[in-house]
Amino acid sequence: MATMKLKKLQHALEDIETFENPKIELEQYTTSSHIAACILHTAQFVYNDISGKCVADLGCGSGVLSIGAALLGAQYCAGFDVDPSAISLSVENAADRDVLSQCDFILCDVKKIDKNMKLKAFDTVVMNPPFGTRERGADLMFLKMAISLATRAVYSLHKTSTRKRVTSMARELGVHAKVIAELRFDLPASYKFHKQDSVDVQVDLIRFSFPLLENNILTF
Amino acid sequence: MKLLTHNLLSSKCLKGVKVGYPLRIVAKDVKISESEFNKEFVKKIIPKLDWKVFVNAAVQIGHSNDLSDELIDDYEDDEEYLKKVHHVLMEVEIINGELICPETDRVFPISAGIPNLLLNENEVS
Ligand SMILES: C[S@@+](CC[C@H](N)C(=O)[O-])C[C@H]1O[C@@H](n2cnc3c(N)ncnc32)[C@H](O)[C@@H]1O
Repeated sequence: MATMKLKKLQHALEDIETFENPKIELEQYTTSSHIAACILHTAQFVYNDISGKCVADLGCGSGVLSIGAALLGAQYCAGFDVDPSAISLSVENAADRDVLSQCDFILCDVKKIDKNMKLKAFDTVVMNPPFGTRERGADLMFLKMAISLATRAVYSLHKTSTRKRVTSMARELGVHAKVIAELRFDLPASYKFHKQDSVDVQVDLIRFSFPLLENNILTF
Repeated sequence: MKLLTHNLLSSKCLKGVKVGYPLRIVAKDVKISESEFNKEFVKKIIPKLDWKVFVNAAVQIGHSNDLSDELIDDYEDDEEYLKKVHHVLMEVEIINGELICPETDRVFPISAGIPNLLLNENEVS
C-alpha cells in the first residue's frame, strides 16, 4: 500500500463526499483531491512521515487527509472536528474507502485538544486548518495544538500572506518551518476575503519539524 | 472507537479536573473489525501506551483477550502476543457507550463509534 502512486491516490480521493451545508464560521471547505494527494505523497515519499505511523488530522472535515494517510499505510489515523456533521461525513467517507479500521474520528474542539489528548502521542499531524479569516488566530491556534501532539512533523496549509507570522511563531515554539510548496487554493466564493478578489488564494504547504529529532527523520 | 484512542483521552478539559485520566468505559455495543497486523507498529506503540490503563479498559469491556496487567518482558519477539495486543488495541471497537470522567463522573457519549468530547460553555476550564 505504501507504494501507492500519486495518480492512484488522487483518484481514490476524487469523489469524496463533501459538506452539504458548509458552515462559513468554521471555514468548511474541502481540500481538493489533487492537493490532498500531493501533500500526503510528499509527506510519505520525501519524508517517510505516513506509512506505519500514528497520524492526526485536526479539523478533519470530510476526512480527506485522514483517509489519504490511511491509504498510504498510516497505521492509526485520528481525525478531530468540532462539527458533528463533519465527523459523520468523515466516518462515511472512510467506510466507503475501506479504511475505517485504521481510523478513529473524534468530536472535539481543537482549542482544547491539549487537554483532551495525551501530548506527543502522534508521529505526524496533517491538516488544513481554518485560515483564521472568520475566527482570528484560529490558524495559529491549530498550529500550536498540532505541534503539541506531533513528535516527527506537522504538515499544514497557511495563506502565503501570513508566512512571516507563521514562521515566527514556529521559531518561538522551537520548531523548524520549511515551505515545501506554494499552491493556488480555489476557495468557494463565500470565502472571498475582499469583494474584488478572485477566489484563488496563494497558500503555502509548510512542514514543521522538531530539531532534536531531525537526525531520525529518514529512519524506518 | 478503539482502545488505542481511549488510552490517549482525558477529561482535563473540564473545569476543576486535575488529571482526568483514565476515563472509565461503559460499552453497550462492541464490534470487532479487522485491521492489518503490522508487527513493527505494535512493537513501537507498546512502550508508548499506559499499559495498565489499556488492559483495565479491555477488562471493563470484556475483551481482555487474556492480557494481564503486567506487560511480558520479551514481547518484542513474541508474535502471538503482539497479535493479541494488536487485536485488543485496534480491532475491538466500541460503537455505543460512555466515557466517564474519573473525577466528576461527567459522561462523554460514544455513539456510532464516535466519542463526543464537546463541552458546554459553563464546563470549560
Ligand atoms: C478548511 S476545513 C478543512 C477540512 C478537511 N480537513 C479538508 O482538508 O478537506 C477546516 C475544518 O476545521 C473544522 N474546525 C474549525 N474550527 C474548529 C475547531 N475549533 N475545532 C475543531 N475543528 C474545527 C471545520 O469544521 C472544518 O471541517
